[in-house]
Amino acid sequence: MTDASLAASPHTSPANASANANSVHMTDAARARLRRRYAADRRFRRVGLAAVLFGVSALGFLLFTILSNGFTAFRQTELRLDIVFSRDIIATDGKTDSRAIRAADWARLVRESLQAKFPDARDRRGSRLVEALVSPGAQGQLMDMVLADPSLIGQTRTVWVLAASDIDMIVKGHADRGVAEEARRVNDRQLAWMDALQKDGALRLAFNTRFLTGADSRYPELVGIWGGILGSLYTLAITLALAFPLGVMAAIYLEEFAPKNRFTDLIEVNINNLAAVPSIVFGLLGLAVFLNAFGMPRSAPLVGGCVLALMSLPIIIIAARAALRAVPPSIREAALGLGASRLQMVLHHVLPLAMPGILTGTILSMAHALGETAPLLMIGMVAFIVDIPSGPLDAATVLPVQIFMWADSPERGFVEKTSAAILVLLIFLLGMNAVAIWLRKRFERRW
Amino acid sequence: MKTPILVAALAVLAAGPALAQQARDQIRAVGSSTVFPFTTTVAENFARTSGMKAPIVESTGTGGGFRLFCAGVGTQHPDLSNASRAITKSEIETCTKNGVTAITEVKIGFDGIVLAVKKGAPKFDVTRQQVWLALARQVPKNGQLVANPHQRWSDIDPKLPNIAIEVMGPPPTSGTRDAFVEMVMDFGCKDFAEIKAIADSRARAQACAAIREDGKFIEAGENDNLIVQRLVAGQGVAIGIFGFSFLEENIDKLQAKHVDGVEPSFENISSGQYPVSRSMFVYVKNAHAGVIPGLREFVSEYVSDRSMGENGYLEKKGLIPLPKAEREKVRSSATNLTPMAM
Repeated sequence: MTDASLAASPHTSPANASANANSVHMTDAARARLRRRYAADRRFRRVGLAAVLFGVSALGFLLFTILSNGFTAFRQTELRLDIVFSRDIIATDGKTDSRAIRAADWARLVRESLQAKFPDARDRRGSRLVEALVSPGAQGQLMDMVLADPSLIGQTRTVWVLAASDIDMIVKGHADRGVAEEARRVNDRQLAWMDALQKDGALRLAFNTRFLTGADSRYPELVGIWGGILGSLYTLAITLALAFPLGVMAAIYLEEFAPKNRFTDLIEVNINNLAAVPSIVFGLLGLAVFLNAFGMPRSAPLVGGCVLALMSLPIIIIAARAALRAVPPSIREAALGLGASRLQMVLHHVLPLAMPGILTGTILSMAHALGETAPLLMIGMVAFIVDIPSGPLDAATVLPVQIFMWADSPERGFVEKTSAAILVLLIFLLGMNAVAIWLRKRFERRW
Repeated sequence: MKTPILVAALAVLAAGPALAQQARDQIRAVGSSTVFPFTTTVAENFARTSGMKAPIVESTGTGGGFRLFCAGVGTQHPDLSNASRAITKSEIETCTKNGVTAITEVKIGFDGIVLAVKKGAPKFDVTRQQVWLALARQVPKNGQLVANPHQRWSDIDPKLPNIAIEVMGPPPTSGTRDAFVEMVMDFGCKDFAEIKAIADSRARAQACAAIREDGKFIEAGENDNLIVQRLVAGQGVAIGIFGFSFLEENIDKLQAKHVDGVEPSFENISSGQYPVSRSMFVYVKNAHAGVIPGLREFVSEYVSDRSMGENGYLEKKGLIPLPKAEREKVRSSATNLTPMAM
């Protein structure tokens, strides 16, 4: 109640004032008590509002930092170079099979192309410095070009290649070029070359498709999140396929069929307990059972999915039981009264009505599973994996692990990639929650 | 509607054991988080130049790595173990007991541990003895060990500035902490008569290694980046302890302390003059060569000049290469997979 409504309330309105003048509610002591109670009410509401504001501002700060750090990761600096696919370097003894092409000295090819552009970089130190402008990924890029089309050998092509992370950091302003030379990772000569490239229009920030299509790398300019996304998808698919049917069936049995006795009470206590067990314990269990006893492959999303399914099961069972319990008994009685069997009653009437709640609980537990790293540590999914997994049996890692590993890397360039990966994870979570809301709306029924 | 899913799920579970014996066409490495950046870099370059699958590298810590590595021979066990220290006697015994009898030791280079502050903080350098006096739980005073009373650096030596002692370092689970204790704390304490007077060698080691827990030493977690960030955000009082590669990457924000008068530079660590540096190793399970495709080639790539040589790609990642003669020796034993004496 606000102050205005307090003033207008019957106790204090003039019309009633005389009639109630002698009432116990109108003594000075009673008025003081009333004021105190309303003051307490206002204080409580203010504190509540402050708590909400604090939460919102913390969230806003988090999102702001992640966005401001992360959005630059979606663009990457590239350099335009005239690459001479010299026969002397690529096909040293005349062979142009893929083995010979792979074994070629691609670093030299890049270096010589750079030195053709900057003749002042031909000395020993200069050649090291100029080579450091370009990412090691450029070697792979050029190699792939020649592997795809060996007729390039002997020709010259203008190619946009990835710049080294140190250059990228300066272009994006994450590294300060104003400090003294010895305190910079890029020295004055390299800066001069960089500026010359920029003046020629041979330096650009291009959309970083590699970040959305690639997998892990030791070089921040070469990393991609797709490997982590796929790993998360495979893992969650296994988790869902195991935990959802098992969880729902367990909940239906416990709620609708199981006799109420000591034994089922014991089971219920155990399920509630399991829901609160730290996730690392499930990782240890997975290590002992799936890896050591069953001999399943290490680092595979299959094992990760099994472990996370064990972790999500209690949560799904609890959510499903609550949803089943919320269905009014009258629906059960009506179904039974019309001659339905218990199974028909459950499958035809109770379960469809409980589905929105069950699905919400399930998706929340999936979102929880998506964010887990600790249990995956034990089964080898916290690993450096360059190849994109092609199925749930391939070694893979998941999104939060990828974030953790990038945050742990010394290279400056990983800071923005970490934030960008967090953004991708948040979008993933947002998508899952949107699905939860959609499913709930779709299945919701009123009675 | 749910039955097919359930059947599929059960089938997956039942198929589990059958997957155990499948062949592995990918190298697996485990071990130290300090060596992790180097082995992963080699893995990536190896995949590119050979066209084979990139090895999977897990960061489990040196001790955890050896536990997995020594568990046995066979495709379910890793092929390589990264270590930020040499393998110990007891680990070799575990290995031998489990049938891992031929191991090749590959020394890949050095890593320095630096003490650094935020750029612009007051400059002063330290000796290992001073660091021990600043961080030990108990320090000698008038012939006995008392709880560390030092609050400011000037309490230790009047020549040091009047700045509060505040050091951020790795927790005991970290290999960097082990190395720091071994190279700084154990060395810093050894000249005190009070320490020498402790007869029991275990109690003596304990007195040297114990770090104070009154808030002057802050355990900043395994993540060295976090230490760097806290240093940069701080007032410039705190000193951080972390690996040399983190100093190199943040050279525009940090300045390193000279220890015993030696600057932690590339040259000084490489020549062995900087006192707080350690060797890093990769151990190869010889029985897996020829079983796991590419293992021999991967080791050759690791010890090649373009990788661990001077100006190789590992040097750019912060590895400090071995001297040339030693590198040649390592290369020949690694490419021939010469087993170490066990």
